[in-house]
Amino acid sequence: MNARLLPLAGFLLVLALLGFGIWWSGTHDLREVPSPLIGKPAPTFSLPLLDDPSKSLGSKELAGKPYLLNVFASWCVACRDEHPILMREGKRLGIRLVGFNYKDPADDARRWLAQYGDPYDDIVADLPGDVAIDFGVTGAPETFLVDADGIVRYKYISPITPQVIATELLPRIAKLQQGAK
Amino acid sequence: MIPELGQFALILALLLSAVQCVLPILGAHLGNRALIAVARPAVAGQAVFVGLAFAILTFAFVTQDFSVAYVAQNSNSVLPWYYRFTAVWGAHEGSMLLWVLVLNLWTVAVAAFSRRLPDDFIARVLGVLGFISFGFLLFMVLTSNPFLRELPMPADGNDLNPVLQDPGMIVHPPMLYMGFVGFSVAFAFAIAALLGGNLDVAWVRWARPWTNVAWSFLTLGIALGSWWAYYELGWGGWWFWDPVENSSFMPWLVGTALIHSQAVTEKRGSFRAWTLLLAIFAFSLSLLGTFLVRSGVLTSVHSFAADPKRGLFILSFLAIVIGGSLLLYALRAPKVAGGEPFAAASRETLLLVNNLMFTVAAAMVLLGTLFPMIGDAFDLGRISVGPPYFGFMFVLLMLPVVLLLPFGPFVKWRSGDFKAAFRHLRPALYVLPFALLLAAWLRGGDLSAWGRAYWGVAASLWVGLGIVLYALHRWRTLPRGRRYTPEMLGMICAHFGVALFLAGVLVVEATSVEKDVRLAPNQSVTIGTLAFRFDGVKEAQGPNFRAQQGTVSVLEGDRVVATLQPQKRVYARNQQPQTESAIDPGLFRDIYVALGEPVGDDGAWAVRVYVKPFVRWIWLGALFMMFGGLLAAADRRFRRLPEGAPAPADANTTTATGVAGATA
Repeated sequence: MNARLLPLAGFLLVLALLGFGIWWSGTHDLREVPSPLIGKPAPTFSLPLLDDPSKSLGSKELAGKPYLLNVFASWCVACRDEHPILMREGKRLGIRLVGFNYKDPADDARRWLAQYGDPYDDIVADLPGDVAIDFGVTGAPETFLVDADGIVRYKYISPITPQVIATELLPRIAKLQQGAK
Repeated sequence: MIPELGQFALILALLLSAVQCVLPILGAHLGNRALIAVARPAVAGQAVFVGLAFAILTFAFVTQDFSVAYVAQNSNSVLPWYYRFTAVWGAHEGSMLLWVLVLNLWTVAVAAFSRRLPDDFIARVLGVLGFISFGFLLFMVLTSNPFLRELPMPADGNDLNPVLQDPGMIVHPPMLYMGFVGFSVAFAFAIAALLGGNLDVAWVRWARPWTNVAWSFLTLGIALGSWWAYYELGWGGWWFWDPVENSSFMPWLVGTALIHSQAVTEKRGSFRAWTLLLAIFAFSLSLLGTFLVRSGVLTSVHSFAADPKRGLFILSFLAIVIGGSLLLYALRAPKVAGGEPFAAASRETLLLVNNLMFTVAAAMVLLGTLFPMIGDAFDLGRISVGPPYFGFMFVLLMLPVVLLLPFGPFVKWRSGDFKAAFRHLRPALYVLPFALLLAAWLRGGDLSAWGRAYWGVAASLWVGLGIVLYALHRWRTLPRGRRYTPEMLGMICAHFGVALFLAGVLVVEATSVEKDVRLAPNQSVTIGTLAFRFDGVKEAQGPNFRAQQGTVSVLEGDRVVATLQPQKRVYARNQQPQTESAIDPGLFRDIYVALGEPVGDDGAWAVRVYVKPFVRWIWLGALFMMFGGLLAAADRRFRRLPEGAPAPADANTTTATGVAGATA
């Protein structure tokens, strides 16, 4: 084989990948990746709190009420877009908003929150990213809606918009709370 | 009516670019002088119409013609006048127009400064540039027309993204594009050489200054972007490894390799095929970067709107341009292989290591950037690799470069002597122990985390002293007049920039002090000898935003060092909050203050204060590299006519197909 064809072969590989990327993003809604977890119990976990690593919070403590798990990290540029929306609308959700700090040194995360504000009721820190793997987290930001029985009801990839809150989250939350009554 | 003229101008430019591409290349192939002569007038005509289109879009912004959809989306009536100019490239359509405008500027420059090159060769170069321009103009006309009307006309426009309302944004994109697009010249030279089969070393000599200038602009563009991110995006970081940054960094890495391999090819005739390939790679990565940023395949998760039609167009264009070039390379390049042999201990070997490391680094960044898509393709889920991967791999790959850099100038071409070079460099090693003391002093005597600062100072001194020693060596051993050619000075300047950059990066990473504190008015916090007194927050009104403006006085003893006024802005139109940090810049340390959120009722705020020693050196180093590149490009050696016929390495290389070329 002619070695001078190698660059071309390499490029064709990249090209195929990019073509796949276009096809994939055309046929999938990147923001709503079907998660195998939806309708199934959220993974059991217990993680240290960001502000006080000696305490921990996990599926056991969270059970009994629905909660929204929001994956964020200080290194995540898109999270900065999402943050003001959580700051503004987080309280409107009416359920516990749990921050899931993903692969982030605690100091960075705290600094980031000090600058942009802290919309969360609790923040758990997953520095090694193990629990994130159980959740099937593919990047930040991602948001999971978990009901009172610990079942994942909804998953959203990429920054939450006011529209998503209005059309996707609030109706589902209302339904969950109705069901609880 | 006027915006429609802009549309016409774009279409005319498109037609002229087709002419500029087809006729000269055909002419060069057939040896038809009349067709070859079409090249320059077509270039001029296209540039006039692209310039006209750009001027019309600018006019629409300045006169606030909100019937133009693009203007309405990216500006509004309270936008200050200077941002109305820069809003032209504030979003997709306009930045594509800027891209084409910059390409035309480069093409006009090539057409103007190439009178001494063989006509058929330059016809091919301009033809290739015409093809690239054709692709982008067609892209604009079909999918991204900036002149589309929006009727009925909205009463007021949206707003320019607040993040972009900043002086740094005025210059960052044009500089970046000057660099990106500038690599098209080296690319066009390479393709012209492959097409003509006329691959003596002369084409590399002609191409070198162009590559250097493009690389310099790209260096400046990236540095500006990093500086802008530092003070505008937030919390004192200067590089984030996000896909958009990576897409400008990859061409830079390959461009750096290209500059060095072009030097080898021009001076020694070696690495010919490799230099061609790098020229193709550098521009291909520029195009790929454009694709990644514009198509939405990667950034779609990150708030850019995806448009599959655009993505598909750019992908096809990439396939034709890059695939075609690499096919041409595969078919033609074997003919031009060759060059002079060199020993293992030689400057060629060192530059080969440089090339290898920079190319592998670019591949590493490409892999990391495409990783989410690879994850999709193999059904592993969309996995992003973050700064930990890039940072670690990049340092690993650059380690040999930093170690070997000072040897480069001391080791001779063809067959050098590492031991002799090492003898020259020994004084630098004697100085290194002092680096420990210096690092300890920088840490204020705190040795707990001295490792990185020490290595930073050591690496910086090693490179910096190595270059200074080489400059002294030339002073001692060479007669006046031959000591420092512009090319040599450029090399020294750029490599010295590397030393400054290393010092900046490693010292700032190791010794920054960052504090987040809750401060009530008149409370203070101290870092080292500096006291930061919080004087409270007041309302302030900007042209199109309201802000809460804090005042922080920085005191050293009783002396006020600086008074800083960080802001939290809310822009009128989209209510998006924006943090404006306040910085007291200094050569040896930056004081950086930003407002967090209000806490409590007593007027207290979360305030972040940073002291970042040497952070300016990061960009200072980049500026030195840029000047080095420009200085080297100014060497008159590149503009001399080739002495006689350039010596061919083998008979194949001079089979000129053109007729006009024979007269050179």
